[in-house]
Amino acid sequence: MRNVILFIRRYLTFFTFLLLQILSLWFLYSYNKFHQAQFLQWANELTGQINTRYKKVENFFVLGEENKRLHRVNDSLLNLLAQQYVQPDTTKRLVVDTLLQDSTRQTRRYYFRPASVIYNSTSGEKNYIQLDRGSVEGITENMSVLNADGSAVGIVVSVSPHFSQVMSLLHVRQKVNVALKKTGDFGTLEWDGADPSVLLLKGLPKSVPVKVGDVVVSSRYSFNFPPGYPVGLVSGIVSDNSTNFYVLKVRPSARFNNLQHVFVVENLQYTEQSKLDEDTRKRIEDPKRNPR
Amino acid sequence: MREVIRNIVRLLLFLFIEVYVLHSIPHLHRFISPSLYFIFLLWLPFSIRPRLLLWIAFFTGLIVDYFLQSPGLHASACLVLAFIRPFLITVLTPRDSTEFNYREPSPQSLLWAPYVIYITLLTFSYHTWLVFLEWLSFGSFGDFLIKTFASTAISLLLIIPIELLFPRQMRYRTNVGS
Repeated sequence: MRNVILFIRRYLTFFTFLLLQILSLWFLYSYNKFHQAQFLQWANELTGQINTRYKKVENFFVLGEENKRLHRVNDSLLNLLAQQYVQPDTTKRLVVDTLLQDSTRQTRRYYFRPASVIYNSTSGEKNYIQLDRGSVEGITENMSVLNADGSAVGIVVSVSPHFSQVMSLLHVRQKVNVALKKTGDFGTLEWDGADPSVLLLKGLPKSVPVKVGDVVVSSRYSFNFPPGYPVGLVSGIVSDNSTNFYVLKVRPSARFNNLQHVFVVENLQYTEQSKLDEDTRKRIEDPKRNPR
Repeated sequence: MREVIRNIVRLLLFLFIEVYVLHSIPHLHRFISPSLYFIFLLWLPFSIRPRLLLWIAFFTGLIVDYFLQSPGLHASACLVLAFIRPFLITVLTPRDSTEFNYREPSPQSLLWAPYVIYITLLTFSYHTWLVFLEWLSFGSFGDFLIKTFASTAISLLLIIPIELLFPRQMRYRTNVGS
């Protein structure tokens, strides 16, 4: 026993090193798997406070750019106002609906919340964005994030009371379901960590006609993103004869370097959709429970 | 006491530069990610005990990690650096007197050639481990090699001008005052 204690005492530095190393690797791997690191909530609040202060100063210098962007959005919204459209009176007629149930009832599916970016990096392979809204303001995981002009930015991966972390499209683990605006065919958008101005669109069959300059929008099948919002433009087609699918280079519409004000979009039916999806999988993969 | 405050100020400065400058600038190249904050660990005094150094390295790395959203990555790399540092210092310091004359590693206390070796080796080991951990989860072996050397080179390119531009005021350590 004494020898063991002596041994440990002799190599105490080495054991400290080993212990701390294991601790940090544990942090790293638990985060990579579940995006729920130890003490992350607490640390998030702290770094959030500091980032907010810093951003206040920095924002001042990019006001011009942001103003322009907001002006563009306002412009597009003003054009949609009802008073810009004229309806000829003669087409109006009264219809009496005898149905008891209102079949035109609409369900709200997406809810937009404004937020500001307080930390942002594009220099690594795994880029995250920090927002100044958290669970207190109703942000939860898996909400999508759109830039002020509506272009896709990323998906919320972790939330603390006043701040939230967004996995940007520039993240090697990010996969987003997107579609070609022209034809509606969908594929998966990924990033290979190389060039932040080139995202990769995979899984689009070669039978679809694609040209450089085609618009890529968020898909109708995405659980996170509202459909039809711009993601990017096709900037190149990689020829790969070994598969029947395109690999398309996509230039993102959002400029990740100067994100400031963003929208966090909640899919109000997300839980229902993902639960149904999961249940289906379970039912199919567990034939004993359901013989059909 | 002055020593402690000086080092804390240094740490805050380097963290600020790392988080708000080096990681906020537009993407340079896929293989180049400059990093600077770890010279805080290289500049710590000679007299610091290895175990304390390990703890300091761990927390320094962890702070950077929580800012950059990669809990454990930088902490792990800093630990490797802190573990190697004492051995390197023993090898590189002239036996007789310098170790006791100056407080911390610098071009003056170690002389230029050994100091550059000291910095290069530690920067290299730091980046090797960091890129190695990234490579485990993503990327190819070629990327790993190129990225290690490129990041080491670019970091040295930052560190050596800093040493030249801001020579730290090194005084002989005497028994009078502190």
